Amino acid sequence: MKLLVNGKAHEVAATTLAELLAALDYEGDWLATAVNSDLVHKASRAEFRLSDGDRIEILSPMQGG
Amino acid sequence: MFELLGTTLPSRLLLGTAQYPSPAILADAVKASGTSVVTVSLRREMAGGRAGEKFWSLIRSLGVRILPNTAGCHSVKEAVTTAKMARDVFGTSWIKLEVIGSHDTLQPDVFGLVEGARILCEDGFSVFPYTTDDLVVAERLLEAGCRVLMPWCAPIGSALGPVNMTALRSMRGHFPDVPLIVDAGLGRPSHAATVMELGFDAVLLNTAVARAADPVGMARAFGKAVDAGREAFSSGLLEPREVAVPSTPIFGRAVFS
Repeated sequence: MKLLVNGKAHEVAATTLAELLAALDYEGDWLATAVNSDLVHKASRAEFRLSDGDRIEILSPMQGG
Repeated sequence: MFELLGTTLPSRLLLGTAQYPSPAILADAVKASGTSVVTVSLRREMAGGRAGEKFWSLIRSLGVRILPNTAGCHSVKEAVTTAKMARDVFGTSWIKLEVIGSHDTLQPDVFGLVEGARILCEDGFSVFPYTTDDLVVAERLLEAGCRVLMPWCAPIGSALGPVNMTALRSMRGHFPDVPLIVDAGLGRPSHAATVMELGFDAVLLNTAVARAADPVGMARAFGKAVDAGREAFSSGLLEPREVAVPSTPIFGRAVFS
């Protein structure tokens, strides 16, 4: 399946958002995720099934003013 | 002590966490400032990297409250999604809402700001809107559910200080009971003292501390200036007069001529 993760194209075998995070080594509870511009809660990642062409955003805490 | 949205805070200074020379200096500056609220952002985590984890662990070690922001968002949709993602990560409903309307001036898109504030307030957020000093926009933000307002005093990062004292004074006068935090444009501790003397409840700043030659010293100076300004306001400032008035009594003056 082809996905766009943080703006970059990826070809992955993962079927859920949690599997995708594990496959790409994005692990930890400090991450926030959105699929196609909508938040996917931490608790929902394991059940969230991905579809071909989905746009995934993985964000983490950064300096801000 | 400062009561903000049901939370008691020891300081009226809120500090940003960007642009410091090092994480250690950031940590020392936060401690020296006396602040108990820092702003943080959310950005793309790159290559499974641990930068976000390290930063988050540093911030958590400071024992301060987090005010996440939607910095850099140029649309309501972007800002609302970022706010929801921030709540998911940081576990707080507080959000500094930025909807930027101009790349050059970083001026808020006040129409998008009001719309975003309404959506987020209905969703249970405590929205801290980064807004202009416009009274009508302020009214709309309060109608949208905001219980605190954050007017700029000058463009972000400009260090100009309060460029429109009349507007700030008028905002304080119009909303005597709304917590008002001056956000953006402060450059010097005296600027912070000035807006606190006007009766503003708090200030939020970042660049003036982070980019100082000695951020820790500057953070301490801003902490003192905010306290001084507040104490001056609470103590009742003397109104300026056009004429001289002797401070020493005339009565009992010796005559030597």
